Amino acid sequence: MRGAVLWGTLGTLGLIPVLLAANSPLLGYRGVAYIIGGFAGIICLSILLVQPLLPAGYLPGVTAATGRWLHRWTGTAIVSCVTLHVGGLYITSPPDTLDALFLVSPTPFSVYGVIALWALLITALLVALRRRLPVGLRVWRLLHNALALVAVLATVIHAVQIDGAMEPLSKTILCGAVMLTTLLAFIDLRVIRPLLARRRRSA
Amino acid sequence: MHSPFYNRRSFLVTSGAVLACSALGAAGPAIAQGIAPTQSMRGGSNNYRPGAPLVEKLGNGFFVRGRVLRASDGAALKNVRIQIWAATTLGGEREPANHGSVLTRADGSYELEMEQIVPNFGQPHAHLAYDDRDFRQVFLRPVMPSAADRSVNADFVLVAA
Repeated sequence: MRGAVLWGTLGTLGLIPVLLAANSPLLGYRGVAYIIGGFAGIICLSILLVQPLLPAGYLPGVTAATGRWLHRWTGTAIVSCVTLHVGGLYITSPPDTLDALFLVSPTPFSVYGVIALWALLITALLVALRRRLPVGLRVWRLLHNALALVAVLATVIHAVQIDGAMEPLSKTILCGAVMLTTLLAFIDLRVIRPLLARRRRSA
Repeated sequence: MHSPFYNRRSFLVTSGAVLACSALGAAGPAIAQGIAPTQSMRGGSNNYRPGAPLVEKLGNGFFVRGRVLRASDGAALKNVRIQIWAATTLGGEREPANHGSVLTRADGSYELEMEQIVPNFGQPHAHLAYDDRDFRQVFLRPVMPSAADRSVNADFVLVAA
């Protein structure tokens, strides 16, 4: 029962904003590349909602191993969505997209989009090179989580400032929920649990 | 040949020169009555297509308005061509139907009626250009306070080329 409620809540929080955006009148005035690029961004935001929950083992019916496996797939989906997002925007308007990437865009939210982009790319690289990097698992996890935190925070700041296809209220709620799940997992896994473990060891 | 995207450096150089000149000239009486020239805005020239055709209007219900003045004495400039483009309900900024030019009236004012401007790349905004021989080029990108606005205003104060 609790599992159904949790999954239902996550599904609603993640899907409603996408459905509302799909009904935006703005889509009728946009080309295919712009629509695909925009939705890639929106779907990315929705995936970020569950991304930290999967490996943490919080989700009912998902074992730790399955969670980590899913986390890798959703991570791949996030990187693919970001690529589609930037690519779709570039096809729609090369100068606006290059301005954003070179940090000379007049829009205040672009810089956060680029910060999130770099944080994600470095995260992907970190994942790909995990076995070859001369760092231990604990350091690797800390780096991974720190970059993820930057990516999520920057994505949320990026999203809330945009006047676009997303319906404002559902977007704000989704952004709040994304911050909540990210911080929850981070504080629980990297602060509270290590402290408890240390206390148990010293006791 | 005007390259829309890589004119930022030249813009910085010219605006710096304009600032320096006005600082030097501020002491002299010659331009004491001058008004501050309009600076180009970031991203103002994005998706610019030189030579937008002179049009009566580009659509209905939305108005781009403003005035064009001369920096040296503040005089209204008549018959100055202002090029305008924006993302509207007809399509994006690169849609040819969203590009048009108007000439200023005797009082320096201009107005172009077009289709409703819609948010594009995160902000509802218009693009305007002065890009003819007599004055230095200026590219503007005014942002509408609300996407529901039915008009947007952009004034130009031009400096002789």
